[in-house]
Amino acid sequence: MAAPQLQVNAGKSILIRIAELRAWLFLILLIVFFESWARAAYGMSFIVNLYNIQSITVFATVPLMLALGQTFVIISAGIDLSLGFVMGLSSVVAAHMANIAAAQLGLGPFPAMMFGILAGIVVTFIPGLVNGWLIAYLRVPPFIGTLGMYGVARGSAYLAGGGMTVAVNNEWYSVIGNSRPFGIPVLVMIAVVAIIIMHYLLSQTRFGQHTYALGASKAAASRAGINIKMLTMRIYLLSGLTAGLAGALYTGRFSAGAPQAGEPLLLDSIAAVVIGGASLFGGSGTIWGTVAGALVIAVIQYGLVFIDVEPFWQFIAVGTVIIISVLVDQAQRRFIGGRQVE
Amino acid sequence: MSERQPILSVRNVSKHFGGVQALDKVSFDVFPGEVVALAGDNGAGKSTVIKAISGVYPYEDGDIFLDGKRIAFATPQEARDNGIETIYQDLALADNLSIGANIFLGREPMKRLFGILPAIDRKRMAEAAKETMKRLDFHVDRLDAPVAAFSGGQRQAVAIGRAMYWNARLVIMDEPTAALGVPEQRKVIALIQSLKAEGKGIIFISHNLRDIFEVADRIVVFRRGENAGERTPGTVSADEIVRLMVGK
Repeated sequence: MAAPQLQVNAGKSILIRIAELRAWLFLILLIVFFESWARAAYGMSFIVNLYNIQSITVFATVPLMLALGQTFVIISAGIDLSLGFVMGLSSVVAAHMANIAAAQLGLGPFPAMMFGILAGIVVTFIPGLVNGWLIAYLRVPPFIGTLGMYGVARGSAYLAGGGMTVAVNNEWYSVIGNSRPFGIPVLVMIAVVAIIIMHYLLSQTRFGQHTYALGASKAAASRAGINIKMLTMRIYLLSGLTAGLAGALYTGRFSAGAPQAGEPLLLDSIAAVVIGGASLFGGSGTIWGTVAGALVIAVIQYGLVFIDVEPFWQFIAVGTVIIISVLVDQAQRRFIGGRQVE
Repeated sequence: MSERQPILSVRNVSKHFGGVQALDKVSFDVFPGEVVALAGDNGAGKSTVIKAISGVYPYEDGDIFLDGKRIAFATPQEARDNGIETIYQDLALADNLSIGANIFLGREPMKRLFGILPAIDRKRMAEAAKETMKRLDFHVDRLDAPVAAFSGGQRQAVAIGRAMYWNARLVIMDEPTAALGVPEQRKVIALIQSLKAEGKGIIFISHNLRDIFEVADRIVVFRRGENAGERTPGTVSADEIVRLMVGK
């Protein structure tokens, strides 16, 4: 009997790489488009402009935080709809607790801010753990479980904020939110650190590897001896924590905690992950893809304002990119197969 | 053959589910380098007995010995840790992962990045994958391809490779050829021969009598949870096996 061969056409592997990089290609195309427009219409550059670069990256930071956690959830074949209001809850708590720490505990501005940020992040353990527990142990579908948590977190955020925005009077929050040492916004520095940590977790650890396996086949992961319940708990916990960080950063950026801070960002976070190449069926996606996806959305939103187009076009443009992205994903699966992400 | 110690020895094992006697004093042995086919109609007890062996559920009466030691595993993981690997019909592979990642799933080798950060050692996984697939006479040119890119027979080879890499003593294969086309079925038969050549014990469950006759050293026939007979392929006709299965 002839030796069976495992062969995958080498030419295809180049196509696969291109398909994987599609979010970065989108990004380049968009930048080229806005650059040409800016030069033709205003005789100035769009991208060779420090202010624009700072604005776009700062603009991308908070939705990216949500999208980083969402990437793990989506790779595991789940979805976290509660992220937006978990972020709002964290934002309100971070503002409140910093105020309390300064006024009642007599802490200085910096420790008061750290206290606030920590409290905002710690509070997200609760929705993260409850989401994970519902999905892993009580077998509630992720869409339903996190939709329930969406409501619970929303109500809690408004209750914690007394129904409104909580102003915070702390100069260190604005340092985090708005200062730009050497032209690099502090928010962007924090985002870069978060990206590196999340990339490491997803691509280099067993936790990340098992997340991919879980998304591809629960049965395979479970029969390989992976504790899929504990893994699911950890994934939703991580997702809640990134929302917590996003909320604290939001409080810094606007010097206020807002319950509705993350409401419009939830769908942006899912969009960033999908544009970045993840499949909503689970099993695929990367942190670099998600970063590109978040930048694509930010460039569209900022660019359209920059070239003075009515803001409603943003929705149409982002929506179109999502659809194109999913079509490319399907074509890739159908015609050229995939490649294991690393 | 009687001089050698069997890898697996099933002695008078019984099990019921409510009022249904699923297994009634079933016995058989598996020796090293031997393929034992379990034959029987649906509900004859083939699946129940392999699940009792592999720790999916407990058995009530009787004994199961692995290398002479009595076993009663509480979980499939425990059975696997003791050298019993079960290859399921649906293969239980993560389609999005490479061969190496599948072989090592749940037991990934680690290295240190920059001397400190623990990280999965993908190079070691790829090398082990290449080595293992070579033992099965599969030559892999792209170790980073996800197993979804491969055919049914090739995926079967990955599942078998996993059992082989972890030095399973006993490999249980539940309908390994059922979902495959004819050429692929041939490949799987060849894979079973290579497992045999490595001295593993193999339990082979199939509805396909042709496959059973081609690969089995002994055929153990079950009927309604009982031993209905044991035959050697060279000395028995397919008709007789069917008669034993249906009890006429």
